[in-house]
Amino acid sequence: METFLFITTAIVAVGAALAMVLSSNAVHSALFLILNFCSVAILYFLLRAPFLGAVQVTVYAGAIMVLFLFVIMLLGAENAELGEEKIGWQKPAGLILGVALLAEIGYVAYRGTKLIDAPVADATNIGAPTTISAKLFSTYLLPFEVISILLLIAVVGTVVLTRRRVVAREERQS
Amino acid sequence: MQDRSLWVMIIHAVVLAFAALTSFAYLTLMERKVLARLQHRVGPNQAGPNGYLQPLADAVKLMFKEDIMPSTADKWVFTIAPILATIPAIVIFAVIPLGPDLVVFGERIPLAFASLNIGLLYFLAVTSIGVYGITLAGWASNNKYSMLGGVRSAAQMISYELAFGLSVLVPVMLTASRSADGFGSLDLVQMVNAQAGTWLGFIPKWFVFTPTGFVAFFLFLIAATAEVTRAPFDLVEAEQELVGGYATEYSSMKFALFFMAEYMKLIAMSGFAATMFLGGWRFPYLEDIAGNWGALVGFVVIAAKIFFFLFLSIWVRASLPRIRYDKLMDFGWKRLLPVSLATVVATAVIVVLTNPL
Repeated sequence: METFLFITTAIVAVGAALAMVLSSNAVHSALFLILNFCSVAILYFLLRAPFLGAVQVTVYAGAIMVLFLFVIMLLGAENAELGEEKIGWQKPAGLILGVALLAEIGYVAYRGTKLIDAPVADATNIGAPTTISAKLFSTYLLPFEVISILLLIAVVGTVVLTRRRVVAREERQS
Repeated sequence: MQDRSLWVMIIHAVVLAFAALTSFAYLTLMERKVLARLQHRVGPNQAGPNGYLQPLADAVKLMFKEDIMPSTADKWVFTIAPILATIPAIVIFAVIPLGPDLVVFGERIPLAFASLNIGLLYFLAVTSIGVYGITLAGWASNNKYSMLGGVRSAAQMISYELAFGLSVLVPVMLTASRSADGFGSLDLVQMVNAQAGTWLGFIPKWFVFTPTGFVAFFLFLIAATAEVTRAPFDLVEAEQELVGGYATEYSSMKFALFFMAEYMKLIAMSGFAATMFLGGWRFPYLEDIAGNWGALVGFVVIAAKIFFFLFLSIWVRASLPRIRYDKLMDFGWKRLLPVSLATVVATAVIVVLTNPL
């Protein structure tokens, strides 16, 4: 049963990811990406990490993609033509990074199941919210707080950047 | 996972889905009747005795209407959108505890279909997915009014989801203050169990009767009304300015599905409000009845509570005018969000002070 579920979900996930890249309509791409996020969430459930799965759906498929769709719809950018490339080194850089990622995946696959063996043993309860929260607020408290500060900086940075543009425009007008 | 056989679960799920669909049908009748009374009208009274067969007549009418596909619409998304709106509205019912365990033919059936340890997160995840139906419907129709409705719905959901999520955190923390190990719970069954008993013998220990729970209850009601886009937050389908909003181009069953999604979400939200703040199926002294009678009484109690919230929603719709769009945004970000943040902080302080670990 679990293998069957895994194979179906994995096919859907890979298919959705491919369709997302290949689709020419931005809204369709966004929808395929949501499908991909949801199938990855099911994979988390299969790995007995229900918390992670639910957060995946809430945060990625729910919050972030709604914003994406909102922006696409608002700008009417669903059928944007591929314009002149502004950054010349974009394509070679993408190629290099892609190859690096492939090499990484290949290395992990070559190392095989040895990497995965260890944590599975006591994994039955590891994904429960209480276990995660207990770990997060004791052992990993410092990284947790550092990340929250990082996010706060990002938010403040966004506000500063957009405000500066608004102020500049107002100065030009006056 | 619960130790139930697959067949029991399938039958349970089917019964639950049908119960939800039937209550949706009769909620439309209730809304029309109550609205009519509140506006000094009679309301639908022709189909069947006293108009009680009106939902059936509506369903037949909608099914036989022509299903029109606008020629400029995005065909796929146009078809998927109503489905995307309806499915979350149905599956959300899975985690609402409708009563204590029921025993049928020796099979123990928990009236909470799924007692997940992430129940509340499931609830938030499913409601956040529910936005797509309306937003995509607006986009796929390729009509400027529909589009405006869709964009409004996305903006409204994003703005109110924060206050919504924060107000839901308060019962979680209050559960922590009453649990043995000091951990809160995202499991709605445990949340209901934490609200058992009374103070002074007559005040139920429901979360709404705690100081911060009281505030969070009203925050939840406001945010939930905005999430299901009910009046006075129904700018998504404001007839006076947007024709029919996101549903302008829809007809026949596709149109009916949107209504179904909206009303089922309303029922589900009422169920969650009852579960998290009003003790779910618990009622002082009635909750002590054991066995199948206890399950029946529990179900009647939560049904009564859900009915109360549904009535309240219709009442509000009849009483309040629609809020202007910029005021809606102002209210969400500048009033509701700070207040809910403050409530969460206050709850945390109270819980820690009253429960030294």
